[in-house]
Amino acid sequence: MRYTFNFSGLAPYWEMFLDGALMTLELTLASTIFGLILGVLCAIGKRSRLPWLRTLCGIYIETVRNTPFLVQIFIFYFGLSSLGYTMPAAVAAVITMVINVGAYSAEIIRAGMDAVPPGQIEAAECLGLSRPRIYWHVVMLPAFEKVYPSITSQFVLMMLMSSVTSQISAEELTGAANNIQSITFLSLETYIVVAGLYLVLAVLLKALFSLGGLVLFRRRRVVGRAARETARATRTATLRRTAAPRQAA
Amino acid sequence: MDHFSSAQFLYLLKGLGWTLVLSALSFVLGSVAGFGVMLARLSRIGPVRVLAAVFIQGIQGIPLLVLLFVVYFGVGIFGIDVPPLAAAGIALMVYVSAFLGEIWRGSVESIEKTQWEAAECLGLSRWQSLLLVIIPQAIRLSLPATVGFLVQVIKSTSLASVVGFVELTRAGQIINNSLFQPFLVFALVGGFYFLLCFPLSKWSQAMERKLNVGRR
Amino acid sequence: MSAVVSLRNVHKRFGSNQVLKGVSFDIPRGQVVAIIGQSGSGKSTALRCINRLEAIDEGSIQVCGHDLGGARVDLEQLRKDVGIVFQSYNLFPHLTVAHNITLALRHVRKLSRKASEERARAVLDTVGLLEKYDSYPEQLSGGQQQRVAIARSLAMEPQVMLFDEVTSALDPKLTGEVLKVIEKLAEGGMTMVLVTHEMAFARRVAHQIVFMHQGQVWETGGPEILVGPQTRELQDFIGNGL
Repeated sequence: MRYTFNFSGLAPYWEMFLDGALMTLELTLASTIFGLILGVLCAIGKRSRLPWLRTLCGIYIETVRNTPFLVQIFIFYFGLSSLGYTMPAAVAAVITMVINVGAYSAEIIRAGMDAVPPGQIEAAECLGLSRPRIYWHVVMLPAFEKVYPSITSQFVLMMLMSSVTSQISAEELTGAANNIQSITFLSLETYIVVAGLYLVLAVLLKALFSLGGLVLFRRRRVVGRAARETARATRTATLRRTAAPRQAA
Repeated sequence: MDHFSSAQFLYLLKGLGWTLVLSALSFVLGSVAGFGVMLARLSRIGPVRVLAAVFIQGIQGIPLLVLLFVVYFGVGIFGIDVPPLAAAGIALMVYVSAFLGEIWRGSVESIEKTQWEAAECLGLSRWQSLLLVIIPQAIRLSLPATVGFLVQVIKSTSLASVVGFVELTRAGQIINNSLFQPFLVFALVGGFYFLLCFPLSKWSQAMERKLNVGRR
Repeated sequence: MSAVVSLRNVHKRFGSNQVLKGVSFDIPRGQVVAIIGQSGSGKSTALRCINRLEAIDEGSIQVCGHDLGGARVDLEQLRKDVGIVFQSYNLFPHLTVAHNITLALRHVRKLSRKASEERARAVLDTVGLLEKYDSYPEQLSGGQQQRVAIARSLAMEPQVMLFDEVTSALDPKLTGEVLKVIEKLAEGGMTMVLVTHEMAFARRVAHQIVFMHQGQVWETGGPEILVGPQTRELQDFIGNGL
């Protein structure tokens, strides 16, 4: 039984696809910003000297990382509304995403902060720098640069994970696909198109983060440029040397 | 306030059982496929390498939920009536193979070039070096990440509920539809997932620590 | 004496960096040749060209009847004929000492399990580590690991053995035990090429010294050139070495 693909049947619904994609990006943007803040706070909390704070952050992180996102959404959206707290699906989606991203980010950032060699902190102390300044310049900033690739990967993953919020009718891209396929009955085509759209969004986001990394972290720019110039200089110097007459052995 | 009847609790446990079945099925099948993906990614034949890379990037760049739908409706066009378990299993297998293939490739490539040289200089062929020297070391290196990914797989099976497969999450939804206590039901469901995943997460972390200490 | 290894006007370039600029020397059968020189003189590269770890750009290398500049080199046979021991030993960490040695014996030389185990014991005895048969590399000291690496290469019964600065990564105390093994092999008549910094050892064991400087063979001769160098560069090198 041959199947004929009918992608053109989806053309009239391009606006719905676009709206869904925009909503996905909005959800991602909001959860990225707040999730990062939460992640940093939690990373600091997990490294704190207060045992109860460490335990609290630990419980939060482990609970979120060991339960499915779908279940977290259900607990939040349906659970809270049954207790009387109703909210729009999009808000519930963002809050759950923030809680989720926060936990994963906390682990990544904490690992980055732990990886700072204690020798550097000692050196900073011996130079007389104040504690907050040491924390920022010697611990936080290098940690950020180190974990930037992992954290931005996490954000792209969150963007893909936002598709699950379609199950509580947040009007994002997968939700749009669900609607469109129920109208047109072109289910396979719809989801293939949406898969392609997510792929485009993911590539775009990765590129954006890559650029952002170069802008934010001057060191990579400076070192990268210096390396390229050194390579160029060695090439011209070697050419000049091999052209000179050889000395007798 | 209604309380859980024992029948409902058992229904949840049955769902838990199916979660385990789907997890094991996808992980095992996905591992076999993932091994193939890894070999393809390491192949010296250009087009094979590129194809594998495209496959991995493609699967990693789309949501699992959408992949599930594509497989569910895609298999349906062949006229065969596929049970949700099979559709979910196939989708998860594809998903797992892309991620594991990439994890394992990373491990193989992180083995120092000098190990390859030593094997080559003893006369071993490229395949012999790969199978006898490199891969055994790479497996040990990749164990924490592989177990960590198993946790992801178990959590991902919750999405199979969307295509109608009655695993733990779907069982929870069904019970909630008669009990109307979502907080209690889904907290319990979450608890079950936690019991499955937490020990594995801890094991993965322990292995990672041991590996970092063992390296001189 | 026939030359087992023969280099003629070998050139080798890495990117824009010309590392070997016309290197020529012979290694007669049963002789020990020590290649010395500063870092960057090209000595390790020259050694690695002999067993085709690096391919040459110009010139010719004849090794045990193989023509390395030719169109098709029988790499499998070449690797059986030429053994190499690396600076960082490169033992396989996931295998015992015994399996490190028997792996290639079984899969390349196609020996039976019994034969390969017998041979493994024999070579381990030669390097004085028979009691470490079932140990893992991580349980051994650097010097012991390097001796196992030598045994592993020796077990393949090569015609020539190459040693790439095999004691440079070892503490002075452990260096001695490795040098003793190398000397023993030399007395047994093995054809060997050593890239080394151990001047005193080279003087005692080597039949021929090749001093490399800036990618060329700057001076060559018997061990006496280490006492009475002809060129200023070798004078400088030895002076600095003491």
